[in-house]
Amino acid sequence: MAVTALPRAIPAFQFRTCPATTLKVDVNAERLIIVNAVAAVVSLALGGLGALLLALTRWQAIHLLPPDWFYRILTAHGFDMLVAWIVFFEIAGLYFGGAILLNARLILPKLGWFSFILMAAGTVLVNVIVLLGQADVMFTAYVPLKAHPLFYLGVILFAVGALIAVGLFFATITVAKIERRYEGSVPLVTYGLIAAAIIAVYTLLSGAIAFVPAFFWSLGILPELDPGFFRNIFWSFGHPAQQINLAAMVSVWYALAALTVGAVPLNEKLSRLAFVLYILFINLGSAHHLLTDPGPSFLWKATNTSYAMYLAVLGSMIHAFSIPGAIEVAQRRKGFTRGAFEWLRKGPWREPGFSSLVISMILFGWVGGVTGVTIGTEQINLLAHNTLRIPGHFHATVVSGTTLAFMGLTYYLIPLIFRKELKLKKLASWQPYLFGVGMLLVSIGMIGSGLQGAPRRQWDITFTNAPLSATLPGATQITLAIMGIGALIAIAGGVMYLLVVLTSVFTGPRVEAKRLTLVMAQANPLVDDVIPNMNKEVHGSKLQPRGALILVFAFLAFFMAYYLFNWWLLGRAWIIR
Amino acid sequence: MLAPQRVWWKPLHRFEKSWLIVAFVFCIFLTVMMPLWYLLGHQNVPATTYRVEPAEFAQVTEAFAAKYKIGEVSGLPIVAPPPNSDVYLIGKRWVWYPVLQLQKGQTYRLHLSSLDLQHGFSLQPNNLNLQVVPGYDYVATITPTQAGEYSVICNEFCQIGHHLMTGRIIVTD
Repeated sequence: MAVTALPRAIPAFQFRTCPATTLKVDVNAERLIIVNAVAAVVSLALGGLGALLLALTRWQAIHLLPPDWFYRILTAHGFDMLVAWIVFFEIAGLYFGGAILLNARLILPKLGWFSFILMAAGTVLVNVIVLLGQADVMFTAYVPLKAHPLFYLGVILFAVGALIAVGLFFATITVAKIERRYEGSVPLVTYGLIAAAIIAVYTLLSGAIAFVPAFFWSLGILPELDPGFFRNIFWSFGHPAQQINLAAMVSVWYALAALTVGAVPLNEKLSRLAFVLYILFINLGSAHHLLTDPGPSFLWKATNTSYAMYLAVLGSMIHAFSIPGAIEVAQRRKGFTRGAFEWLRKGPWREPGFSSLVISMILFGWVGGVTGVTIGTEQINLLAHNTLRIPGHFHATVVSGTTLAFMGLTYYLIPLIFRKELKLKKLASWQPYLFGVGMLLVSIGMIGSGLQGAPRRQWDITFTNAPLSATLPGATQITLAIMGIGALIAIAGGVMYLLVVLTSVFTGPRVEAKRLTLVMAQANPLVDDVIPNMNKEVHGSKLQPRGALILVFAFLAFFMAYYLFNWWLLGRAWIIR
Repeated sequence: MLAPQRVWWKPLHRFEKSWLIVAFVFCIFLTVMMPLWYLLGHQNVPATTYRVEPAEFAQVTEAFAAKYKIGEVSGLPIVAPPPNSDVYLIGKRWVWYPVLQLQKGQTYRLHLSSLDLQHGFSLQPNNLNLQVVPGYDYVATITPTQAGEYSVICNEFCQIGHHLMTGRIIVTD
């Protein structure tokens, strides 16, 4: 008698079916998204309070905090924002992209909970020890600055927790493939998150190599720790951590473009290639933190800071056209084909996901990207190192870019994952604009101050009571005031975000999401099949994205101008080699 | 967010191709600028570095200051070394020691190191910035191009006196 193979049973998992997307939502994944998102928002609030106090202190005319508390809160603000807020949100994103978008089950959910507890414990530990005044070392903790051992331990716990969650993400996707929960390639958003997760492994391992010896040194067990070594390894952790944010943010951009206008990637091959360029080359760029350090040679510095001939920058430039292009094509399919920009003018500007997407892209690219590549040029760094131009740059990337994109996405998670109706919709519609304008002023104020020589991480630019007097140009008072005013506007935008999120989550009954868009009355383009001309060929037709092409070339022109301006500035300084 | 089409390996649209080529050329331009300036430009990042014990560096600096001292300001010696010589500047909590007097158009080998924590050498105006690390003697070959009084401020956090940490370089004609 022939024996036929019995079909292998696919393990069942507890899920609910989302009425708006028809996706299978694993209940464990959903719970973990919720708890990580909540931790993210709490960290953002803490960091935001710090931001308010810090901005009102660096705004020299107000000078709110005394010096010791300024330096203390600056340390806490760095950790709460760059580590806690961002990474908690990204871990939530990993559960979303790894399980839910693939209709798959989350494997080993208990491990997910364990990782969350480690991350939460680390966050609490670091904040408490810093606020107790035992770790006034800045988030960078440059050896020989020494903090209490619990500071290093807190960071290590957080990193280990995050690493476990990343491992769980890879395992979930692998099992999903084996169990054939999805066919073919993963969606682009998941692909981008995989890129982020791969970078995260390198990042977190480097963090361990930096912080574990530092921990033992702080305990006195390790007698000496070379400061140059620590800087190098710290930035092997510190900058790739930002590249994780970059890859995650780009994934969120594609997600928001899909959710709000039904955009699909112009060319999957190109967008995926761009993510691969990130994985291969982006970590080389960490060397831009060491460009004016004693030790490494020109060849080492120039090669690394160029991300291998700027190939990782090319990855970003690819997305810079692909995403606006995809939005334009989606809009043109709906009939907005007049002129070069009707598609943009007639965009859903009241939909918070759309406005946060566009503002995030513009500020990240035109301010963050341009300034970053410029000051990351080996010689130009001489003008910028440790001045306020540095925070001016990274507030444009991490805050105006990543944080705003994440805020935009949160508004959709509330009906889809928290299953609450979004309240205060008007506030949500305005929030990205307020936050964006505020952060633009913050970056302009900081960069303007840094161009005049104002240092970062410093309490008093008038150097009052210093043994030798020193003065910076008087215009720094103006640029710092611009920064301060921008900060107040941005913080108001942050408070609006918190209000919308907390009001929606905590008041009102549980309501199943019926559609994907929040404010727009029309049906969701992705799911409801309402895009006319969906299969019409783009080539040589009115659907071609000429507006996006004009925009990227304008961006390139601005990039070139800013970049050349900086070489000209450098040429005016002393001769030095 | 949707699953992609089964076969997503498609040829590029001509807009994408043009943009890709232009962007790639720009990346090559960015890459080439650095070695070009290294060879032809006058402002480059110093690379000469020696390992040094802080106590040793302090000794050498004291000897240097004593040898070329020409005056004092705020309790700090003003030191005027001859052109083409080794000049020493210590960063320590919370001052840049000593005050230097240099001549415009002349070249000096400026040795930078710290006796305690990391500091940030920031020359203002000019806005030239270098990291100063204990245990490392970082040598910058400099030629002041304009006379005047320059401040050295510290732009690496070095605890509570960080914003009081200043220095001075006087450049005579």
